[in-house]
Amino acid sequence: MSMPFYVSPEQVMKDRADYARKGIARGRSLIALECAEGIVLIAENPSRRLFKISEIYDRIAFAGVGLYNEFNALKIAGVRLADLKGYQYSREDVTASSLAYAYAQTLGHVFTHEMKPYEVELLVAQVSAEGDGDNELFHIMYDGTVMDEEGFSVLGGQAESIAEQLKEQYREGISEAEAIRLGAKVLSNPDGEPLTADQLEVAALERDRGPRAFRRVKGAELEQILTG
Amino acid sequence: MNEPSLPFFGPGSDPGPSFADLLRRLAPHALPGSGLDEHSADALEITHATTVLAIRFADGVVMAGDRRATAGYTIASRRIEKVFPADDYSGVAIAGAAGPAVEMVRLFQVQLEHYEKVEGEQLSLEGKANQLSQFVRANLPAALQGFVVVPIFAGYDDRRRRGRVYSFDVTGGKYEELDFAANGSGSVHARNWIKAAWREDMPRDETVDLALRALFAAADEDVATGGPDLIRRIFPTVAVIDANGYHRLTDDVVGERALQVIGGREEGAGL
Repeated sequence: MSMPFYVSPEQVMKDRADYARKGIARGRSLIALECAEGIVLIAENPSRRLFKISEIYDRIAFAGVGLYNEFNALKIAGVRLADLKGYQYSREDVTASSLAYAYAQTLGHVFTHEMKPYEVELLVAQVSAEGDGDNELFHIMYDGTVMDEEGFSVLGGQAESIAEQLKEQYREGISEAEAIRLGAKVLSNPDGEPLTADQLEVAALERDRGPRAFRRVKGAELEQILTG
Repeated sequence: MNEPSLPFFGPGSDPGPSFADLLRRLAPHALPGSGLDEHSADALEITHATTVLAIRFADGVVMAGDRRATAGYTIASRRIEKVFPADDYSGVAIAGAAGPAVEMVRLFQVQLEHYEKVEGEQLSLEGKANQLSQFVRANLPAALQGFVVVPIFAGYDDRRRRGRVYSFDVTGGKYEELDFAANGSGSVHARNWIKAAWREDMPRDETVDLALRALFAAADEDVATGGPDLIRRIFPTVAVIDANGYHRLTDDVVGERALQVIGGREEGAGL
């Protein structure tokens, strides 16, 4: 019979965090930027079908980086939670903060209790209704840590260097098109070719779009914005 | 884990993109019709919604409904809505017991949006109609107790580039109508009026006028159908669904059209 080794809790947590971070760092980064019209979300993603950015509810979008199957399952769970709540109470009662809390709970629980932590980082973004408070950007880490961010939010392996660039170049109140161009620029490899419309997944939460604020920006429109 | 917790399912019990199945698993009490089965409508004064119709025209479909709800011989509401957007490109109109019908519409709207968000693409128009047919069938036990709900579903089919109209029966039977459908207590009169004037490729405005006249004819003959109310400015709900999506006409527009077109032949019937 083998003797169980003592491993300190600090070591267990550190190993898990390293494991999750490594998984996340393999993927590409993703950015959300507040703009005059609402919020823009941009990711490098060559696939037309495997989305990293999705609609959750009227004014709420979800974005994930890391393992696709994991953040997609989390996205579907979020849609379910939001639709259930909106159906049983009212559409106004579905908020980004309660969704972010639910995600944090789940990620935190899995991080400490399961064999393997989720290798994902999530963003829950909510555009404000006109004259009704501010936009909200909740950045949730693999271990359940939640950060309430302002202006912009960067997810993924290269987050730090991209955030550095955004700190210098982002300013409040830029237009949606400017935000998309800025996002595409900082996501691109500084030494290589800039990213093209085919390599980007872009979506926006637009304040004045009606009840469902989420819209994908793609195809000819995206090309035009990028070259504009 | 504390509330609110995210709903996760094992491979065997996952409801997939169906919101109704999700509700059945997690909150069955919130399903339409739950708790109705043990009671009979006869013991209660049930609110009924009456005449609704859908007419296909050159670019899509016009849907319309009067605004009256009755409970026995009483008017329960003068401004109930019976025509609703199901999603951006389709609408649903209800006749029958108003409470369960409105609940069914709400579930149907969430169902279509839920499918779209989970799957990443919309259901086909036919798929939407089949979904609604399942909801109507699920209501059958309640229908046998007197809570009958019979909707009309219509929309713009962007794969076939034309409007389509579906009617249903209490058992969930789904029937695609070639040109138009009408339902509710005044529907016989409305249908006859449409039948006499309908032709292929009608323009939009003419179809809206036809819908208004058909509803007036129904209100004229059927006590449970409300006509245009000029004193309170209550007018029928009229929605146009075409390649640009679902678009509800404002009360001002409907009121103006109603005043313009109704008269003439209608006066002749004022015996």
